[in-house]
Amino acid sequence: MNDVVAPPPTAAAYKSDYKPIWCPGCGDYTVLNAVTRAFAQLALPPHQIAVVSGIGCSSRIPAYTSCYGFHGVHGRSLAAGTGLKVARPDLTVLVAGGDGDGYSIGGNHFLHACRRNVDLTYIVMDNHVYGMTKGQASPTTEPDWDNKLSPGGTGIRAFHPLVIALASGANFVARAFSGDQNGTADIIAKAIRHPGFSFVEILSPCVTFRPEQRDWKNHVHPASVEATDDPARAARRIMTDDGFNIGVLYQGRRTPYPLKMGSGQAAVESLETEFAP
Amino acid sequence: MSPERTRPATLAEVMAQALGIERDAAERYSSLADVMEVHNNREVAALFRKMASIEATHAQQIMNAMGWTRAEDAPAVSRWWPGGDAPESVPQDEIHYLMTPWHALQLALGAEQRAEAFFAELASNAPTAAVREAALEMRNEEREHVELIRDWLAKVPRPEEDWAVDPDPPRYLD
Repeated sequence: MNDVVAPPPTAAAYKSDYKPIWCPGCGDYTVLNAVTRAFAQLALPPHQIAVVSGIGCSSRIPAYTSCYGFHGVHGRSLAAGTGLKVARPDLTVLVAGGDGDGYSIGGNHFLHACRRNVDLTYIVMDNHVYGMTKGQASPTTEPDWDNKLSPGGTGIRAFHPLVIALASGANFVARAFSGDQNGTADIIAKAIRHPGFSFVEILSPCVTFRPEQRDWKNHVHPASVEATDDPARAARRIMTDDGFNIGVLYQGRRTPYPLKMGSGQAAVESLETEFAP
Repeated sequence: MSPERTRPATLAEVMAQALGIERDAAERYSSLADVMEVHNNREVAALFRKMASIEATHAQQIMNAMGWTRAEDAPAVSRWWPGGDAPESVPQDEIHYLMTPWHALQLALGAEQRAEAFFAELASNAPTAAVREAALEMRNEEREHVELIRDWLAKVPRPEEDWAVDPDPPRYLD
């Protein structure tokens, strides 16, 4: 009897039957498509993937995939994703969320996830606003963004996630744009392939509370130089670019956190020793 | 938005580009149909669904013509279009939950015109006669689609000026 080899899954195979509920025109729709395309590119079996999120518009994403999903509490997606990856190193873990969830409520987890360098991928759909709660300024909001909730702007310097990730030890740092679905899929696939903690900042316009972000498509441009493995050079590039430089910006060579779990209680104890020495 | 763009140099590579463009367009229309269904705009949802089906048929026709049974049979090529969406994909960010079929067809018209221009450029700079012929054929097909959509548009009423006014909007911005 001949073996039947199943064809690799298409991007559609990674989508659930639930239709996404986002505002029409939201960048998150194309990010979802990019995620499923990346999975298809890598021919990952859906049951070998876990998509983990926190709270916010973009954090709805696990429900829209056919993979295993975990919709966690606000800002704690990286904690849940890290635990999952350490317990089940055989899974591909993709953690997803927005700028409020990831950089404010989950800011501390972000720093330490970069530092630990567990082999997982974190994508942040950044629209510089809390969309789900109706338009408050987030950590990446420009200090002079004038709106009814922060008249005249917050006056607070914006968080720079790529530099923070780099300084904290992320092993892969990239910026993508939701309006470039295929390019974003390529970057996510590279992030998943790269060992260690991979961070992808995806500019994803909020057409409802930040309609001016529709203009981002006229500003984004491909990174003009190849990714470097030198963190100092990467930091200089990221800090001096215009914020619309799209591509892989840093590919480090740090050894990922050693995944030794899976052998019972003793392993749990060693986990504590290694995480909190 | 890959900086590594390689101009298609063979018939198979041109057709692989065309296949990618049609498949992207079908996926985008399908996604927009879902959006409109969720937002209870049934008329535009049906139109987008129809467009998705048409683009999927075009993709299948390319596969049949090339003897490809799966999309993976096409040669792997880098996208030749300059950044962002494929030329025939309707922009994701230019839709509105109260849009009318007229708006949807305007977006479709723009998409077909971009596809026509894309293949015209490919034909103008084709490295071989075979590539030029294939690109011209694709350009002519897209030109036909442009005319079909113009005909379709002529049969659809123009929206009222206040088409986007909603006395009970889903989100209050004030």
